[in-house]
Amino acid sequence: MGVGIEVINLNAWYGTNHSLQDINLNIPGNHATALIGPSGCGKSTFVRCLNRMHETNPIARVTGTVRIGDLDIYQDCKPVEIRRRVGMVFQRPNPFPTMSIYDNVAAGLKLNGYSNHRALDEIVEKSLKNSALWDEVKDDLKKKSGASLSGGQQQRLCIARALAVDPEVLLMDEPASALDPVSTSKIEDLIFQLKSQYTIVIVTHNMQQAARVAEKTGFFLNGRMVEFDSTHKIFTNPSDKRTEDYITGRFG
Amino acid sequence: MKVEINRLRSILREQTDRLVTGLAVLATVLVVAPLVAIFVYLVFKGASSLNLAFFTQIPKPVGEVGGGMANAIVGSGILLGIASMIGIPMGIGGGIFLAEFGRGTKLADAVRFTADVLNGVPSIVMGIAIYALIVVPQGHFSAFAGGVALGIMMIPTVCRTTEEMLLMVPHAVREAALALGVPNWRSVLAITVKTASPGIITGCMLAFARVAGETAPLIFTALGNTYWSTNLNHEIAALPLQIWIYAQSPYDDWHRLAWAGALVLIILIVTAVSLVRYVTSRGVLKGAS
Repeated sequence: MGVGIEVINLNAWYGTNHSLQDINLNIPGNHATALIGPSGCGKSTFVRCLNRMHETNPIARVTGTVRIGDLDIYQDCKPVEIRRRVGMVFQRPNPFPTMSIYDNVAAGLKLNGYSNHRALDEIVEKSLKNSALWDEVKDDLKKKSGASLSGGQQQRLCIARALAVDPEVLLMDEPASALDPVSTSKIEDLIFQLKSQYTIVIVTHNMQQAARVAEKTGFFLNGRMVEFDSTHKIFTNPSDKRTEDYITGRFG
Repeated sequence: MKVEINRLRSILREQTDRLVTGLAVLATVLVVAPLVAIFVYLVFKGASSLNLAFFTQIPKPVGEVGGGMANAIVGSGILLGIASMIGIPMGIGGGIFLAEFGRGTKLADAVRFTADVLNGVPSIVMGIAIYALIVVPQGHFSAFAGGVALGIMMIPTVCRTTEEMLLMVPHAVREAALALGVPNWRSVLAITVKTASPGIITGCMLAFARVAGETAPLIFTALGNTYWSTNLNHEIAALPLQIWIYAQSPYDDWHRLAWAGALVLIILIVTAVSLVRYVTSRGVLKGAS
């Protein structure tokens, strides 16, 4: 089940660049939350702080508190533990090129030492069904490489890979920006189905996409969160002038 | 008028295209020609002396006709086996350190510099160094000392190609593994190294082929042997050494055997490299890049 995320006074730096400043928000569990804003506004950095991927960059630094469910992710646990509970899907599909479709989905479990083969078979099938890819790949699960699929299929494979480790939260960093319209709509349908089971945070440049899939939307600008409200309110009656300027296309 | 100029331009473009394509073909021929020439010449000179005895008998004393290089073929196999056991793990380990764990550290810079210098050390110097470090203290020449000399010569090539190949693995692939909660060391071994493995194997084969033909480092270490020996503590025969000794001799019969030995050496190297490539490529999946 998806859990809520509570962010208190989050600040992040890359070197001397203060890329996130005093972020406070509550992301509701079992809903989809969209983050919008112009390029370089910090929304990608923000989601990377939610699974501590930010720290894989040696010059990066974070202060503040992030609570996922009951867990304070910067105090109570190691980065590898939180990343198993918070899955991530990247902008460009990044399947493991040397692995079969099956091994791609099973990778997270296998590399963490899980080796019950019958259970793995079930998890792989369930994850691929959840990511709406099963029917397209079920005949050559172990024969074909993950890299042989089309871009849209690869992205759904990456979603299946993230789901297989049974996370509570799914972070998606512009998951459809490298895909064609048909693949994009498949991903959006998927987000719609998945949000009943997972807490989804999706970064997007496409405002229609935010409006279609998310209940809540946050607007980021220059490393600060300008406004966070229901998607309907953000797109019809924003309280901040800058939000209104952005969504009506006056800048960004 | 304008139409004329356009026509001329298009003709010029086509001719330039042909010229550049021609130059590329010429360059290819120039690169391949020496290889083909050497091989054809070796077959021409050596094939007539190849017979069963060459592969089953040891060298005969001067004056007796016939004999073979069976001991040298086996000896080369043993020497290269020892060399690979030393050079490949150390080289790959060093390459992984340079590309993954030591990036940006002073130690990595030192290791990289050392590897490059080691790569430039003349092979005869490597022979003398191992002579001083192993042969003199032990008091005798040995297959082991020869294998160590060749193994150390393999390290820099394996190390630097491993580093280059690992750095070519896209950042996105590493991130994908880390985002699944896989610890960094495991992600490096199971994902990054595996993704780069075809290139790493090529590097190992290059190093292997290079030391397979080395003579100089063996002169002071393995020494050579005209009798059967598979004992790691005794001097051992090796194909390049045997070829060197035979080619220098004044006897026509030995010259012919030297040519045959050179041909066998080339064929064995090509076979070994092709075999490794075949075996390691069998597990590759459809569409894997």
